[in-house]
Amino acid sequence: MVRSVSQIFSLNGAILVCVLLVVGLPIVTVLAHLFMHGDGSFVHLAQTVLPRYVINSIWLIVGVGIGTFLLGTGAAWLVTMNAFPGRALFEWALILPLAVPAYVLAYAYTDFLQVSGPVQSLIRSLTGLGPRDFYFPEVRSLGGAILVFILALYPYVYLAARAAFISQCECVVEASRTLGCSPSKAFYRVAMPMARPALAAGVALALMETLADFGAVSYFGVQTFTTGIYRTWFSFGDRVAAAQLASVLLGFVALLMLLERLSRRKARYHDTSRRVRPLGIQRLAGWRGWLAAAACFLPLFLGFVLPAIILGHLAFKGGDAQFGARYLALVENTVGLAAITACLAVVLAVFISYAVRMGATPLTRLTARVAGLGYAIPGSIIAVGVLIPLAWFDNWLDSLTRAQFDYSTGLLLTGSITALVFAYLVRFLALAQQTTRAGLDKITPSMDAASSTLGVGRLQTLLRIHGPLLKGPLFTAFLLVFVEVMKELPATMIMRPFNFDTLAVQAHNLAADERLAEAATPALTIVIVGLIPVYILSRLIGESRPGQRRRALWPGLKAVSSAFRRRYPAFANR
Amino acid sequence: MGAPRRLISICALTVTAVALAAASVLAQEVNIYSSRHYQTDEQLYSDFTKKTGIRVNRLEGEGDVLIERIRQEGRNSPADILITVDAGRLWRAEEAGLFQPIDNKGLNARIPASLRHPDGDWFGFSSRARLIFVNRSMADPAEINTYEDLADPKWRGQICIRSSSNIYNLSLMAAMIAHHGEEGAEKWARGVVANMARRPQGGDIDQLRAAAAGECAIAVANSYYFARLSLSDAPADQLVEDSLQVVFPNQEGRGTHVNISGAGLMKHAPNKDSAIKFLTYLASDSAQRYFAGGNNEYPVVEGLSLDNEALDSMGTFKIDPLNVSIYGENQPAAQRVFDRAGWR
Repeated sequence: MVRSVSQIFSLNGAILVCVLLVVGLPIVTVLAHLFMHGDGSFVHLAQTVLPRYVINSIWLIVGVGIGTFLLGTGAAWLVTMNAFPGRALFEWALILPLAVPAYVLAYAYTDFLQVSGPVQSLIRSLTGLGPRDFYFPEVRSLGGAILVFILALYPYVYLAARAAFISQCECVVEASRTLGCSPSKAFYRVAMPMARPALAAGVALALMETLADFGAVSYFGVQTFTTGIYRTWFSFGDRVAAAQLASVLLGFVALLMLLERLSRRKARYHDTSRRVRPLGIQRLAGWRGWLAAAACFLPLFLGFVLPAIILGHLAFKGGDAQFGARYLALVENTVGLAAITACLAVVLAVFISYAVRMGATPLTRLTARVAGLGYAIPGSIIAVGVLIPLAWFDNWLDSLTRAQFDYSTGLLLTGSITALVFAYLVRFLALAQQTTRAGLDKITPSMDAASSTLGVGRLQTLLRIHGPLLKGPLFTAFLLVFVEVMKELPATMIMRPFNFDTLAVQAHNLAADERLAEAATPALTIVIVGLIPVYILSRLIGESRPGQRRRALWPGLKAVSSAFRRRYPAFANR
Repeated sequence: MGAPRRLISICALTVTAVALAAASVLAQEVNIYSSRHYQTDEQLYSDFTKKTGIRVNRLEGEGDVLIERIRQEGRNSPADILITVDAGRLWRAEEAGLFQPIDNKGLNARIPASLRHPDGDWFGFSSRARLIFVNRSMADPAEINTYEDLADPKWRGQICIRSSSNIYNLSLMAAMIAHHGEEGAEKWARGVVANMARRPQGGDIDQLRAAAAGECAIAVANSYYFARLSLSDAPADQLVEDSLQVVFPNQEGRGTHVNISGAGLMKHAPNKDSAIKFLTYLASDSAQRYFAGGNNEYPVVEGLSLDNEALDSMGTFKIDPLNVSIYGENQPAAQRVFDRAGWR
């Protein structure tokens, strides 16, 4: 018995080292550039434009951080704890903006609001004023970028907050009420602090995505730190300095994450009660109810409905003439990549999170941290970080086989789907990991202890106890990665094989050629295809509420979970 | 005895057949890394396949990214040809040692010397001009004749031009540095920045639309964008054509700044013969006409009829004879000048 446990543990350790090596390699490659010599463009940047880029980036993350936090948490609180007209609809519809990439929002709103767009043209024709005679907020601005990111990214916070509020036991909130808390006070003093790890994870994802973005900010002409990275590489031809800047960005993100962790100190957020009752829902009557409905409708409208209408109109008027068979291939490529990556990401995320839970050695902690960092690095830089070691390996193997067997293996990995999926994993593992981790954190360690006392091994505990409890978070992780891969652009551009395009590439090619109307067709297709996983995700979170009747949406999963419940009636109340 | 021998010979035949088939497939391919991503190019490639039977494999992406990938792939790189949409990137690929020179009489005869590499590393196949557009109701087109005029203080708050990190502006600045030196070019950039109607934003078409809508009197954009809008029937595009006057800058002096889309043979090209066939095809009359017909670019081969209504009505012009490879050489300096001048 003891031997088998130690075997598993050392096997664990070995696998962990492998995971760390594989996932960490691209990041280490990027960081290694810190020790190389660039062309001195770093100094020039620091002297001229870099301070402005940094200030813009800071404003951006402050604005997006506050915005996504307020919008995501507020909306989640409204739909989980209150009853108002349309609540059931908003509960799932609020995550629909997840299907719209930030750069697509940027295209849509620019077309709609710019000086030659329909809104300003209408104002001019109604009032007879000239384009410079009246004030109209500039859509291509820092403010515009902040709004676009808030709309595109608040669903991360919403998802995290909603899951956290729902799984909080009503008894805790009730206990606070009996101690004299008003409903709003219960929210601020009990529900919010208890949801803190989840909220922090959600906001962190939104901020990392904001920092790594290039598509939307470059379209808006808002110069951020990532603009600096790209400018160093593309204008100065100095890839080394670009990677150095990316390392600085990475350090900044690592610092932010560390600060958040330090500020939590020793606090733990397990919910020890196993008694779950339907949440006590507050009825919002009359105008309050309508106000709540309006508050939920606004982000949904601005983040999804309006952009979809704008794109639909553009695509209808002058869409992509290639629409047809080519799009089937594009959808197939896109969905295939997304599905493979999402599966692998979930498996890796479970493995890493579980290793941390079993015993937080420095190795496990390091792996978890490193695996979470990729999300903050711009896609192009990650791709270079993947490309350099892979191409090196391919060429090394090729030289070896040429010398030994007079046979050329050529490039085995570089330019293959494997390499592309690898790049995606490095970039998006954070998404899967944060979600899995948040789910795992909710399960009190006393359960592990109990199963251990009953002589159940670690793997068995994972499969029989944590598995069923983690079903929701794991599926969420899968779908989040799926949707992100669908929208991913820069790494796809660099790593993909010959004659292999995705929807995002198609949209980019048309938009880069300044064919916005045509680009609306692939952009809208991304949104529509992305709606499917997002819809499933939304139904899933809808049924995750304890006490809610489960729909037979997932016959397989349902069968597994009911079999589990039959065998372990102790957990049947979950 | 008979049966195994027959089996062996069948196996041998199959292997040979497969090997031959594989070899013939390999010989019938050309692998192109291209930063041209115009949908209208589909025809350009399919015509080549129709004519020669050679299959075209494409990987499209930004120039620098493709250069980086070829560099990392090293001697095993499948790339036969690199196509870029500006001379600066060709220069950068040349610096990275990616090309192998070709001395091809046909290419040398058809492509003007200023639009190709002196040793045959790369060749320009189409060109685009950086032009000035004037809203007739807001300014007199006769008063602005040169790039230098853009910095004239009388145009304060009148000019729409895109960001300085855009490659067409970088190339223009690289040419300005070649003509006026870094100091002169920086002075010019400061003048233009002072004249800007708004913070640089959007693409070239956005500058044209803004000028047509009256947000600024003067816009700077590439020739093919204007040609594309004037060929379109959409009312918003027609507004651009009707309200803007095309100015070919510096016709009295050195000529208008042009950039090229060009290509070259890769050093480790696995399909060298097919690749050279493809390059000669790009310089052929039909492919050259296609650049004008499909994407409103100017062919580099002289004396071809354009058969493009928009380009024809814009007229012919004098080209700055400066060799385009200077755009790449001066590009880092150009970005530094822009940054110092506060051109975002």
